[in-house]
Parts: sequence; C-alpha cells; structure tokens
Amino acid sequence: MSIITNINKAFDHRIRLGIMSVLMVNEYVDFNMLKELLGATDGNIASHTKALEKVDYIKVEKQFIGRKPNTRYSTTTLGREAFKKHIEALEKLINKP
Amino acid sequence: MESKDYLKDISEIKNMMNKSSRFISLSGLSGILAGIYALMGGAIAYWLVTTSVRGYLILDGKIFKICLLILFLVAFLSILTGIILTTKKAKKHGEKIWDITSRRLVFNFLIPLISGGLYILIILIKGKYGQTGALMLIFYGLALVNASKYSIGDIRYLGFVEITLGLIATIFPGYGFWLWVIGFGLMHIIYGTWMHFKYDRKQ
Repeated sequence: MSIITNINKAFDHRIRLGIMSVLMVNEYVDFNMLKELLGATDGNIASHTKALEKVDYIKVEKQFIGRKPNTRYSTTTLGREAFKKHIEALEKLINKP
Repeated sequence: MESKDYLKDISEIKNMMNKSSRFISLSGLSGILAGIYALMGGAIAYWLVTTSVRGYLILDGKIFKICLLILFLVAFLSILTGIILTTKKAKKHGEKIWDITSRRLVFNFLIPLISGGLYILIILIKGKYGQTGALMLIFYGLALVNASKYSIGDIRYLGFVEITLGLIATIFPGYGFWLWVIGFGLMHIIYGTWMHFKYDRKQ
C-alpha cells in the first residue's frame, strides 16, 4: 500500500497538476502565461498557486516590468522532488495489473 | 480515483510540459516551398554562371553579385512563407504565434545562424569564398539542431543531415554548389513532405 501514500494530495487537481507541469520545464512562468496555458480564470490560478506556495512547492516573485506589476512563479527543490515522486506513483498505479 | 483518471493525469502533465516549452505549429508545407525556392535559385545561378563568358564564378564579377542577390531572395521568400504558413497553422490550433515558446525558438535558431552569416560575410569580404556553401550548410544545420529543443524534435534530423552535407562539401569544395542544392533544396522538400504528412495532415 506504500504506493498509494506517494500520491500527493497537493497535486490532486487538474489546475495544480498543470501549474506544476509547466513549472517543471520552465525556469519561471508568469501569471498570464499560466492563465493562458491552463485556460483558467484569474481567481482560479491565484488560489491554486497560493495553495502550492503554502506547502513550499513553488516560489512566488512579485516585481515590476515598467509600471506593470508582474508575478512570476518557479519551482522549489522540495516541489520538484515531490512532483517527481507523484509522477512515479502515478506510473506505478497505471502499470499495476 | 480509478487508473483511467491517473492515465489522464499523466497525459495532461505531458501535454502541459510540451505546450509550455515547445512551439510546435511549424508548417511542413513551408519547408517544401523553401526547398522549391532554393532549387529555383540554384537553377538560375547555375544557368547564369555556365552561360557567362568565363563559365565559372569570380568574386568581384557582376554575376557574383546577382548570385548573392538570388541567395538573399531565396532566404527572404523562405522566411516570409514560413511566417505566413506558420501563423495560419497556429491560428487554426488556437495558439498564439508570438509567445514565450516561439520567441525562445526564434532566438535559439538565430544564434548559430547569425554567427554563421556574419562569419561568411567577413570571409567573403576578405576574398575567400571557396567554402561558402559548406559553411552555410554547417551553420544552418547547427541552428536547426539548437532550435529542435524548442520545437518539434524531428527538426534535429534535418540539422544532422545539413551538417553532414556541409562537412562533405568541405572535403570536396568543387561539389559545394551541388551539395548546397541538395541541402537547401532537396532536403527541405523531403523533410517538409515528411512533416506535412506526419503532423499537418493528421489534424
């Protein structure tokens, strides 16, 4: 049953899974790009990134580009490891006869 | 959750990773057309040189300048066609043409290409032109290999072929022109056709 325990509750949602997937292959991604890629609303992205930030899986940086505020996200080492474990657990579950 | 959902999760992860890091709307058709432009350009240049008084190319002649002009025209038309057809394809897929992924692709494609282009221009100015065809093939191949990390991975194979042709042209400079025609003309048509049937036709 140890496989089941590796399924991470923090990634148990399509948007959070999407956010992590995008951040795994990009150095950083800003709010609008996440919104565009995942086809979600502002509030949706905001609440799910907050949830991931809370467990220290992603890092949030707020900055200004010119006068426009810009929020960009990147993964933490903890987040990367957790996500890798999550994918491994998913694969094991799928391959289980 | 059932395993069917887990499978969906995995494919969603893959999809998101690809979509956010690679620009995949490149049009195969534009490759075919670029190849045709190169073949036409090559044919005109060949005809000009062989029917000239000398029968071969010298660096400060008028024909050389016309050949350079043809070269730029082929490059310009190819890029223009590529942009138009790729924009059309991206629109059809509901993808943005100028986003992070396409910017990254263009940037990484241009680094080897511009370095090579400047190098070739400099040695042309210094009067050395024997290796021009080989250098164009090699630098273009390197640009493709570099760009393949940010687009359809298959572009890499075209890059390898161009580099190989370039190295062969370095060994046999006399065949530089013909290898250029194969690399920029024939290979583009073959590769574009392959991509067209592999990616464009399916959707």
